[in-house]
Amino acid sequence: MVAVMTELPGTPDLRHSLGDRRALRNTVLTVLLWVVAVGAAVPLVSVLYMLITRGGARLGTALFTQLPPAGLEMGGGFGNAVVGTLVIVALATLISVPFGILGGVFLGFVAPESKLADATRFIAKVLTGFPSILAGVFVYASLVLWMGTYSALAGGVALAVLMLPTIMLTSEQSIRMVPQRMKDAAFGMGCTETQAMLRVVLPTATPGILTGVMLAVAGAAGNSAPLLFTALFSNYWISSLGEPTASLAILIYNFSGMPFPNQIELAWAASLVLVLIVLAFNVLSRLISARRV
Amino acid sequence: MSSTDFKQDSGRSASRPPTTGDIIADRVFRGGAYAAGALVVLLLIYILWEIGFRAMPAIERYGFGFLTSAVWDPGQEKFGVLAEIWGTLYSSVLALVIAAFFGVGVAIFLTQDFLDARLAQVFRTVIEMLAAIPSVVYGLWGIYVVIPALRPVAGFLNETFGWFPMFSSSFSGPSMAPAVIVLAIMVLPTVAAISQDAFSLIPYKTKEAAFGMGTTRWEAITKVMIPTATSGIFASLVLGFGRALGETMALAMLIGNSNQISWSLFSPANTLASLLASQFPEASGIETQALMYAAIVLLVISLAVNVVGTLIMAMSSKQKVG
Repeated sequence: MVAVMTELPGTPDLRHSLGDRRALRNTVLTVLLWVVAVGAAVPLVSVLYMLITRGGARLGTALFTQLPPAGLEMGGGFGNAVVGTLVIVALATLISVPFGILGGVFLGFVAPESKLADATRFIAKVLTGFPSILAGVFVYASLVLWMGTYSALAGGVALAVLMLPTIMLTSEQSIRMVPQRMKDAAFGMGCTETQAMLRVVLPTATPGILTGVMLAVAGAAGNSAPLLFTALFSNYWISSLGEPTASLAILIYNFSGMPFPNQIELAWAASLVLVLIVLAFNVLSRLISARRV
Repeated sequence: MSSTDFKQDSGRSASRPPTTGDIIADRVFRGGAYAAGALVVLLLIYILWEIGFRAMPAIERYGFGFLTSAVWDPGQEKFGVLAEIWGTLYSSVLALVIAAFFGVGVAIFLTQDFLDARLAQVFRTVIEMLAAIPSVVYGLWGIYVVIPALRPVAGFLNETFGWFPMFSSSFSGPSMAPAVIVLAIMVLPTVAAISQDAFSLIPYKTKEAAFGMGTTRWEAITKVMIPTATSGIFASLVLGFGRALGETMALAMLIGNSNQISWSLFSPANTLASLLASQFPEASGIETQALMYAAIVLLVISLAVNVVGTLIMAMSSKQKVG
C-alpha cells in the first residue's frame, strides 16, 4: 500500500535522506543528546562503584559495635556515629513534623487564600533553598551559646529548621489534592472545620504527607553542614541529648582528610552506610507515594 | 469504614449541632494552624535578627571594608571576604554553566520522546538519585576519584594553554576545578527536574503544530519547545544557582580553602560556606563575629537569588495558565 502511494506521480518523497543538511543536523544532535544524557549518569555509577568496592570491603558487624579508632590504631568502627545520626534525625523529625503538618493544614485547608498564607508559602519556598550551613550558624548563635555546649538537641533543631519548609509544602499539596466533594460532604454532615480536618481530610492526605516527611528525613540524614558546630562530634557513645554527639556525615568529613589508610577505609564504609540510610528513606517515600490513590 | 466509625460513637455522631467543646476545639485548632503558618515567617525574621545581632560588633568594626578586603588573619584581627565572595560566585557560575548544559539536555532527553516511557522513568530515577547522595560523600569521591582523574588533564592544559587565565597555574590537588565539577553534579538534578516540568507543561498540540509545519524533531525542539519553556528553564537555573551558592561540605573538602582571588581553575580558592565550615569550629571572639558577618553576606546573596527564582517560577506558571 505504502509502496503504491510513493510511486504515484507527483507525490513528494517524505523521507529524509541522511545527505540532507537538516536530517544530518537532526541525527548529529540526537547522538549528542544521548552522549549528554549518558554522561550525566556517569558520576552516579562511579560514586556507587566506589562505595561498593571501597566501602563494601570493610562492611561487617564490627563497624556497628565499635568506636572510632584514634590515630594509627587499626580496626574500629563507627557505631556511635550511626546511633548519633539516627538520634539527631529522630529529634529533628519530632520537632519539625507537628509544625510542618499544622502549617500545611493552614496553607491547604484553613486559610489558603489569606495574606498570611501567601507570605508563609513564599517564605517556605525561599527557605527550601536556604544554605544548610546557615541553619547551623543560626542554631549555634541561638541555642549552643545559650546552652553553653554543643549537643544532639542543637543538631536536631538545626536539621528541623531545614526540614520544616519541605514538610509544610508537601503537606499543603497533598491536602489540596483531597477532592473538594469529600470536604463538602463532611461539612454537609455538620462537621466543624476541625472534625472535617481530622476525620476526612488528614486521613485521605496521609500517604502524601508521609511521602514528604520521608523525603525530608532522607535529606536531613545526609545533611552534615548544619551539624558541624551544633552537634559537633564525639568519640564515645551517646549518653544524653545535651552533649556533643557523633554523626556519620561529620565522621566522613573528619576522616577524609586524615593521612591514615584505616580512617579512610572507615570513611568509605561510613559513606556506604549513610547512602544506604538515605536511600532507604527515599525508597520508602516512593513506596508510600506509589500506593497513593 | 467511616460509616462504622460513626455507628461506634453514635452518642457523639457528627450529625448534630456542635457542642461548646467542639467550638472550643475548633478555635484552638484554627489558632494552632494560624500559629504554624506564622511560625515560618517569624522563623526567618528570627534567623535574620539572631545572626545579625551576633555579627553587629564585626559589622560596626569592619563596615563595608569587610566586603572589599581579601585578608583573613585572626592573629592581627583583620578580616575580609572579598576572596570568598569571588570564589562563591565564580564556582557557582562555572558549575551552573556545566549543569545547565547537562541538566537541560537531560530534560529534553526525558520529555521529547527519545526514550520509551518506562525507560524514561528509570533514567529519571537515576538523575534524582544524584540528589540523594549526601554532600560529604561527593566530597570523599571528589578527593579520591575526581582529583586523581583531573591531574593528567590539568597538567596537559596548563602546559599547552598556560597563557589562558583559567589554566594559568599548575594543578594543586584541592582547587577550583574539582570543586566546580562536583558542584555541577550536585546542582544538575535541580536544573533537570525544574526544566522537565517546564517542558512537560507545554501542550502536546504545540509540538504537533510544529511537526505539522514540516520541522524535523530538532527544529521543533530548538525553535518551538525551548523558546516556549524559556522562563521555566531560567527559573531552574536561578534556583540551581541558589543551591550552588550555599553548598558547603563537598566544597570545603575540595576547594583547598585558600584565601586568594584567581581566574585559574587549578589554584585553591575558598567560598563563603566553606569558610564558615572550616573556620567556625575553631574560632573565638572577634573571629566568630566576623564569621557571623560572613554568614550574613551569604544569607543576603542566597536569599536574593532564591527570591528571584521563586518569583520567576511563580510568574512562568501563571503565564501557562493565562
